[in-house]
Amino acid sequence: MVHLDISDVSIEFPTSKGPYKALDGVNLKIKQGEFISLIGHSGCGKSTVLNIVAGLYQATRGGVVLDGKEVDEPGPERAVVFQNHSLLPWLSVYQNVELAVKQVFKGKKTKAEMKAWIEHNLELVHMTHALDKRPDEISGGMKQRVGIARALAMEPTVMLMDEPFGALDALTRAHLQDSLMEIQSDLNNTVIMITHDVDEAVLLSDRIVMMTNGPAATVGDILDIELPRPRNRIQLADDPQYNHYRHEVLSFLYEKQRKPEEHTVAKSESKPESAQLLQEPKDKEPKGKESKDKDADNKVEHKAKDLTEAA
Amino acid sequence: MSAMLLKISWLEPFVKIAQGDRPIEQLMLILRTMGIPMIGLITFLFVWHIGAQNINTSLGTFPGPAQVYEQSINLIADHKAERAKEVAFYERQDVRNAKKIAKNPDAEIKIRSYTGQPTFFDQIVTSLITVLAGFAFASIIAIPLGIMIGLNATLYSAINPLIQIFKPVSPLAWLPLVTMVVSAVYTSDDPLFAKSFITSLITVSLCSLWPTLLNTAVGVSSISKDLQNVSQVLRLSFLTHVTKIVIPASIPAVFTGLRLSLGIAWMVLIAAEMLAQNPGLGKFVWDEFQNGSSNSLGRIMVAVLAIGLIGFLLDRLMLMIQRKVSWDKSSALR
Repeated sequence: MVHLDISDVSIEFPTSKGPYKALDGVNLKIKQGEFISLIGHSGCGKSTVLNIVAGLYQATRGGVVLDGKEVDEPGPERAVVFQNHSLLPWLSVYQNVELAVKQVFKGKKTKAEMKAWIEHNLELVHMTHALDKRPDEISGGMKQRVGIARALAMEPTVMLMDEPFGALDALTRAHLQDSLMEIQSDLNNTVIMITHDVDEAVLLSDRIVMMTNGPAATVGDILDIELPRPRNRIQLADDPQYNHYRHEVLSFLYEKQRKPEEHTVAKSESKPESAQLLQEPKDKEPKGKESKDKDADNKVEHKAKDLTEAA
Repeated sequence: MSAMLLKISWLEPFVKIAQGDRPIEQLMLILRTMGIPMIGLITFLFVWHIGAQNINTSLGTFPGPAQVYEQSINLIADHKAERAKEVAFYERQDVRNAKKIAKNPDAEIKIRSYTGQPTFFDQIVTSLITVLAGFAFASIIAIPLGIMIGLNATLYSAINPLIQIFKPVSPLAWLPLVTMVVSAVYTSDDPLFAKSFITSLITVSLCSLWPTLLNTAVGVSSISKDLQNVSQVLRLSFLTHVTKIVIPASIPAVFTGLRLSLGIAWMVLIAAEMLAQNPGLGKFVWDEFQNGSSNSLGRIMVAVLAIGLIGFLLDRLMLMIQRKVSWDKSSALR
């Protein structure tokens, strides 16, 4: 059985110049325990896919089914690690995780069990030394660790990570990538991670989902990464297979899906582009909250049609 | 001992000089931190002194610093005299009642309260109680309402025009209406509060709730999208969302509003007391004006300085509370 099924997801955002179609027919079936990376140029709708899976956006057409249940609102079983950590600045490290744990395990765990569980999760990300520190007293990498601990503490079936290491320096990033690989091999969570970093995608993923450029972005290609685990970044640096995967992703991004010039769809521009281009901050996607109700109606209609077809 | 003295910041250089710690530098520091404000103050007193001598009013020359000082001493003396009178009054009453009981144990004893003139300091206390009550009342309305309109854009659009229209209204315009409504509605044989107190309180509230209301609304509506997403992913209930996310996130903005509101409340109160003859500092100023003795202008000037000083202290008080309550220690608190 498919664990997480993203089927035929399209989304339109209303703008002053009429609806803007951000995603068109995104299909993805994910197995339990799989590590999926979403990669693509800025503004291609990676974050939109993630937000739809998280339930923060509603797809205009199509939908997401997790373990046989349709996703229509946010929930702790789909924990999100945000790019800029999103810790509550007025709470300590411990309290930030506690807020999530209290919410998810209210009535299921005793006080002592909750405390042990919070500490266990902070232990996983090696943050037990700073339990009483406020977010502004710890470094960016540490904040992101706490953000991951908070997500893990919700015991999510799927962990959604929106460029979790994008704002960190290279050394801290490598460190956190290793931690993440360790935790994932222990807990066997399903992970969907957005990244701009080709190395990160190849190193961490079981599959890399490469997205075409927007508007109306969709899945361009899916690359299976069949490197044995545990993976070691230093050994892999000389591995021909690893470099082959890197090459595949790079050629998808820079040959098949050359980044279009700003505000034009023309793909004739032939200027060679360097890898730095991928590092630029992601564009703000138009907010689609207002059309939520209308979209939900459309979706129900579409679902009904799907069902009749299936029958 | 010296370690303790070091904690008082303006004493620090003096202590260091006493300890022989780079005396020249410490002297310069004293000059910078205390000398320059002193120079400003002395210049002001000098200009005031010269200027006052050249202004002749129907009540005599305008009071200079010396006269104002003299009157402040007088006011303190008046206050002490009045208190002494009060004590004497109660003593006489006690003695009278004791005699009565000694003569006839069943005699009915009457205890009358003293009805002397309220002194300058009594008026200050009255004003402070009124302003704090009015400010508290305004805050109790403004903070929850601000949170509500900050959370709900529709509600904000509905209420915003009203806010914009009522915000600039002067207390003097409200006062006749409030007075009439209070006398019509607040009727009780044994009122808990005086009518004048209720009138002042409502006028102060009506004028001072706007900054808190608007700042709270802005603070709440500008909570970052990320924190709202966190709240959604955690499926926080509305109440938890408000108490755990909304209120802490908007505390700095709320306090900005509260400080503005308290400043306005204090200004409004003086005007309201003056016009409505409600007890308080405003009435003191007005009474002195009507009194028209040669001391009146000096006494009014004492009141002006007292009003300024109290307003300043109230603001510092709010700042202290903000420092205690707010998580955002980085925001410059001045």
